[in-house]
Amino acid sequence: MALLDIKDLTLRFGGLCAVNQLSLEIEEGSIRSLIGPNGAGKTCVFNCLTGFYKPSSGDMVFMGTSIMKKKPHLITHMGMARTFQNLRLFKQMTVMENVMSGMHCRTNAAFAGAVLRTQSQKAEEKLIREIAEECLDFVGILDKKNYMAKNLPYGDQRRVEWARALATQPKLLLLDEPAAGLNKEEKARLINLMRRIRDERKVTIFLIEHDMGLVMKVSEKIFVIDYGVKIAEGTSKEVRDNPRVVEAYLGKEETEDAV
Amino acid sequence: MAEKKQKKFTNPFGTVVESLYDLFDKKAPRYLLMTIMTAFLIYLPLSSSRFTQEIMTNLFFYVVVCLGLNIIVGFAGLLHLGYAAFFAVGAYTTGILSSVYGVNFWLTLPFSIIAAVIAGLAIGAPTLRLRGDYLAIVTLGFGEIIRLTVRNLDITGGAMGLIGIQRPVLFGIVLNQITHFYYLFFILAVIAIIVSYRLHDSRLGRAWEYIREDEDAASAMGINVVQIRLYAFIIGSAFGALAGSLYAAKMTAISPESFMFIHSVMILLAVVLGGMGKIPGVILGAIIVTLIPELSRDIGQFRLIIFAVLLLILMLYRPQGIWPERQGISTKL
Ligand SMILES: Nc1ncnc2c1ncn2[C@@H]1O[C@H](COP(=O)(O)OP(=O)(O)OP(=O)(O)O)[C@@H](O)[C@H]1O
Ligand SMILES: [Mg+2]
Repeated sequence: MALLDIKDLTLRFGGLCAVNQLSLEIEEGSIRSLIGPNGAGKTCVFNCLTGFYKPSSGDMVFMGTSIMKKKPHLITHMGMARTFQNLRLFKQMTVMENVMSGMHCRTNAAFAGAVLRTQSQKAEEKLIREIAEECLDFVGILDKKNYMAKNLPYGDQRRVEWARALATQPKLLLLDEPAAGLNKEEKARLINLMRRIRDERKVTIFLIEHDMGLVMKVSEKIFVIDYGVKIAEGTSKEVRDNPRVVEAYLGKEETEDAV
Repeated sequence: MAEKKQKKFTNPFGTVVESLYDLFDKKAPRYLLMTIMTAFLIYLPLSSSRFTQEIMTNLFFYVVVCLGLNIIVGFAGLLHLGYAAFFAVGAYTTGILSSVYGVNFWLTLPFSIIAAVIAGLAIGAPTLRLRGDYLAIVTLGFGEIIRLTVRNLDITGGAMGLIGIQRPVLFGIVLNQITHFYYLFFILAVIAIIVSYRLHDSRLGRAWEYIREDEDAASAMGINVVQIRLYAFIIGSAFGALAGSLYAAKMTAISPESFMFIHSVMILLAVVLGGMGKIPGVILGAIIVTLIPELSRDIGQFRLIIFAVLLLILMLYRPQGIWPERQGISTKL
């Protein structure tokens, strides 16, 4: 059984059909990409998966459970984590505090623990810090843990977001255009990081990305959507040679790169 | 835009506070300062007039309610316009149990907290799911409803209010001197400060901050936004009710006029003035709001005008409140 199974997913905004009868499967331990031109509905798919948008019809089954009616925090609790296309860090907080947020759903101290500082609360705080530091170390910015998130350069802010998502200890990681705004060197490091996340942490990755070079390097299988409809799926070679994809996507990509 | 605002606070007042903030940010000076202040406040009643003690007791009371409201407004970022209603809930719970049923004061406290939790749940659970503005309207309405209800019920003594609330007894001593209440409220204020700090530096406190910073990102991190907000609302309400119970014991008489909208506004003012979410700032706000009217009778009359002007200046020059924001690399962690 696939880790994630999307069946006939449809999302409408009034007359606009942002996602149209989309079906796809993500197998455990894989890296899969979702590509498509601007406005194709890629981010909408992620927003449906993570509970931010209510799909109009269809079904999404994650680890054998339907997540159609689940709230975002419960979906995260089940083991799905995401990053945002436009960075959504807690800007006025430190890098460390940002990453500690990921551990919220794996811990449970509340009022009494906080006020009485019980043994279990202290142990939990220690664990939160340890995991957060481990995640920061994994993405390579442990030395910046005491910086205010807003004071970091853009590339490092991206890494804080990955560390934060990893700290929720996910089974499936959704990355929305993680390479946007990164330079060549940072992109190479990202490819390496994604492979390590999959191999060392056993996290399945579902990726939205515009950088075709990066997508083809890292993912074994690619889904292409246009106007919310899936127009192709397959290996990078199959997708590249598909005339519908060339028409819908690759043709447009050149004009985009020119901008 | 934001940068422009930041640069504006080169006013001397801001600089003084900034250096004060540095002092508070480092642990050793903070503890030293706190020890000196505590020693001074414990000693104060031995060498001061009843009048001074009365003002200080009032200040401690304000510190408690301001810190309570700060949990709701400052920590969780929820606008609450009817906070006085929650200390009315506490004061009347203690008042009725004590004067009508003769229950020992200390035993009324758990009931007061339970009543506040129930009221907090009744108001918070439905409204906290909705957008922020609804909470402001509902709490505003709740404030008035509570005031009108206690005004019109027999058990609450109607417009006359309740009289004959029993004095608390502690270690065989009947607490009936201002000095007794000075110490009682002082202890309560210290507890409120410790609880506030501990909440702030905890999983719950961080969750409030995450939600305030970015609600969507917080829920993507697995935080149940509605539940965590409800926690803040209920904890803050319980704070208020506890302060209300002690207020009832000190006054031995309460009336609906003790819990008018203007009190909610003054408490909110203190929190906003000092700096929402920042504990020393909120204490500073409480000090300003309670001490300015006492400086002289003449000023007392113009209290509202002075506060209005203060608030205007603040909104223009320091929208984040008097107490500074955390800057740059934090030394906290
Ligand atoms: N909340 C919303 N309300 C109405 N329309 C929306 C909403 N969110 C997205 N859309 C529309 O749905 C379509 C798909 O948007 P989406 O953000 O998923 O595109 P995308 O594939 O992620 O594009 P990009 O590559 O630019 O990020 C767009 O036409 C967009 O305008
Ligand atoms: Mg997008």
